[in-house]
Amino acid sequence: MSAGEKYVAAAYLVVFVAVLAWVAIIASKMARLSRDVDELTELARRRLEHEAEPEQGRVEVG
Amino acid sequence: MNENPLAALAALSGVLIAASIALIFFYVPTDADQGFSQRIFYIHVPVALTAYACFGWGAWKALRHLWKREPGADLESYVAIHQGVIFGVLTLATGSLWAKISWGHWWLWSESQLVLFLVLFLFYGAYFMLRYSVEPGPARANMCAVYALFGVVLIPVSWLSIRLANDFIHPTVFTTDGPQMSGSMFLAFCVSWLALLTLAGTMYRVELAGKRLDERMRELRELLTA
Repeated sequence: MSAGEKYVAAAYLVVFVAVLAWVAIIASKMARLSRDVDELTELARRRLEHEAEPEQGRVEVG
Repeated sequence: MNENPLAALAALSGVLIAASIALIFFYVPTDADQGFSQRIFYIHVPVALTAYACFGWGAWKALRHLWKREPGADLESYVAIHQGVIFGVLTLATGSLWAKISWGHWWLWSESQLVLFLVLFLFYGAYFMLRYSVEPGPARANMCAVYALFGVVLIPVSWLSIRLANDFIHPTVFTTDGPQMSGSMFLAFCVSWLALLTLAGTMYRVELAGKRLDERMRELRELLTA
């Protein structure tokens, strides 16, 4: 491999690695967003259960 | 395709990248003067032009924010500048590699084109320092928009510097007489630039979608914990 070929390979590799790194960063962000969605879903479910509790315990009189 | 324009854009970007690589390594003739290393031109120049396009788009969105108060324009401007900085890093890296093989130096401070691009890059790098040193809100959005607009002035200066300087060794390919290269080289260059523009467009749309999702999640969290 000549010196010119090595430098050309390095230039194209730099761009490829940068795009790959960007994809990895976005993938980690997606994973974090997915965890956040799970957490918020759990929060919403607990809130709904909490709101439903007094209605279950209520007894009609008369 | 109509239902998911982002997927279509990503697919187009992939096809164009594959086509540009095929053209660069199997179609264009080897340059008589620089030899095989001239092939760095097909990545270095399109990457630099894409960085300019991203900074320009960021400035346009900043103008829309200040002028029309367009909702979301501040975020769009920020994401475009972020993409510009990524492509700016790649311009400096590929340029240094090309300079080393062609001129024997990684960097030449005497070259106004190189120094002005570095100034432009550092200017937009400082944009993030400004953005993250101010509390989120309308004041931050206005400040960042004004800053992004100031930066765009450096783009034509950087572009024209090579033509204004007399003692340059940085090659001038695009002159008033048109591109100084053969038809096949120009075709490879155009396809490569289009590929990088669609790649930048895809990255911009993905990052923007992620940021918008982040904002909605924050709002949802506030509503649920209130």
